[in-house]
Amino acid sequence: MSSEFLLCVSGLYKNFGGVQAVHDLSFDLAPGELLGIIGPNGSGKTTAINLITGFVKPSRGEITYRNKDITGQPPYKIVRQGIARTFQMVKPFYQLPAYKNMIIPLYSPRVKGMVGGKYGDRDAVALDLLEEVGFERDAYVAYKAASVLPQGYLKRLELAKAIALQPDLLILDELFSGLSLAEVAGTVPIIEKLRIEGKTIIMVEHRLKELFRIADRVIVLNYGQKIADGKAEDVMESEAVKNAYLGTE
Amino acid sequence: MKKRRERIDRGIKVRAGDVFALCSWREVLYLAGPKLLPIIGCLILPLLLNAYWQKVFLSVAVFALLAISWDLLAQTGMISLGQALFYGMGAYVSGILNHYWGLHPFITIPVAAILGGIICTLLLLPVLRLRGIYFSMVTLIIPLMLVRLIEATRIFGGTEGLSGMTPLPSKWLELYLIVLVLLCALFGFRRMLSSDFGLVLKGINDNDRSVMNAGINIYLFKTQALFIASAIGAFTGAFMTHVYMFVGMPVFALDYSILPIAAAIVGGPGSLAGATLGAFILVPLSEILRGIGGLRIVFYGLFLVVFIVALPEGIFHYIQRKYHRFERWVEVD
Repeated sequence: MSSEFLLCVSGLYKNFGGVQAVHDLSFDLAPGELLGIIGPNGSGKTTAINLITGFVKPSRGEITYRNKDITGQPPYKIVRQGIARTFQMVKPFYQLPAYKNMIIPLYSPRVKGMVGGKYGDRDAVALDLLEEVGFERDAYVAYKAASVLPQGYLKRLELAKAIALQPDLLILDELFSGLSLAEVAGTVPIIEKLRIEGKTIIMVEHRLKELFRIADRVIVLNYGQKIADGKAEDVMESEAVKNAYLGTE
Repeated sequence: MKKRRERIDRGIKVRAGDVFALCSWREVLYLAGPKLLPIIGCLILPLLLNAYWQKVFLSVAVFALLAISWDLLAQTGMISLGQALFYGMGAYVSGILNHYWGLHPFITIPVAAILGGIICTLLLLPVLRLRGIYFSMVTLIIPLMLVRLIEATRIFGGTEGLSGMTPLPSKWLELYLIVLVLLCALFGFRRMLSSDFGLVLKGINDNDRSVMNAGINIYLFKTQALFIASAIGAFTGAFMTHVYMFVGMPVFALDYSILPIAAAIVGGPGSLAGATLGAFILVPLSEILRGIGGLRIVFYGLFLVVFIVALPEGIFHYIQRKYHRFERWVEVD
């Protein structure tokens, strides 16, 4: 069976003990699409991402990427096929300077051959990538240890680490949360640029206003179940979504 | 009392980050000195010592290597409490090769280093997934288990051990072999850790999920680090087997696990040079304290505590900081 979809998720279930974190989740993702996943706290958005990227193994269900079954594969194998993600809670290497943080994804088998193997070669690539996400080139900030960087830079570092892997599918887990309005405004063009480069993007977000401006399609989760799927404005009109966000009478 | 900052003249005119502009021999010496000092020191020291202190020097070098091996693992996020496993495995492998097959030390030592490294890596492979204290507990238990295994099954000489090993041809060869290996390990692995490969190892220590998320198989890298560390440990064991001309249960003793850790902590964790420096302080100290008899361990322990409380960053990091300092506070009236 071959399809034109980049990623197909069908009948995905995950239980943590008695809690149904993800319940019968299915969706398809076309190449070049920007999909937003939204939902109230604890609705299973991050778990869904963890299932796709292999950090958590699904209880049931199937995930196919480029018509290949990737269900239950370890994260490093999934990344090598071109799915990169950022974490909601940033996970930098705190001891290392920001640009040295970039060396580790650049050392990944997926991109290792592309940037030259000699000692120090990757530093230049790392600085280029950091500049792309808004680390000023002439400022000292890229050389500072990650432990002293402010949250805004850490989020962008996280994004740069994912971009360094040259993914086809980029999954951004709450990239905008914890950022100021100005920082979000600075990040949106980066994402739009990635789209022009032809990358497919999934964004998990709480900042709906910013998301709706760029998303092609939005999925709404509640208690691990998909309750709406479609264009942003249509989705927010749906009765189920209003109930999930505002509560029922 | 007012204070002001005074510039210290280090002879370096231009410096930015880790880029230096070298214009004179004094500047070259400033940079190369810290590296030349241990090299020249290690090469000359054996010539100056008497026979007794030469033996102590051997054991200093052995503990320095074990401390380097511990620090390598620690920098990869694996806190080992069982360097004795690596040491003892190397000792037994070379002892067995020499005792049962009569192989020459020049063959048994390298074979034991590699084979011992492989066996230790395989033994610890199943627990590589464990993190933190769980990994440490297993490394602590395995050497203790092996001792009981040898005692109970009486294999390889049982409690008596194997004696009558072929010694190395000369005392000087012993001394300079271990010096050479120590210097190679110190500078070689230092370079390795500052390469991109080393960066990945440090990344695993810092945040292993993030390394996984970069498409890197962390278990592969951990296995490589484990093999390197255990091969160093196995080498020291094999070497000492031929120095003592004996291998027995004491090779799995707790000393070989604890002393390298103490050396690395006192010297400065997170730097191989610190681990080496620590061994060069702790082992001779223990020999000097031998004179005071029963209270030796008390004084030794006291010394350790004082050092760790007063200089938690470690001696090496302290010296490094002072050496690269460009300014100091002076009082003005």
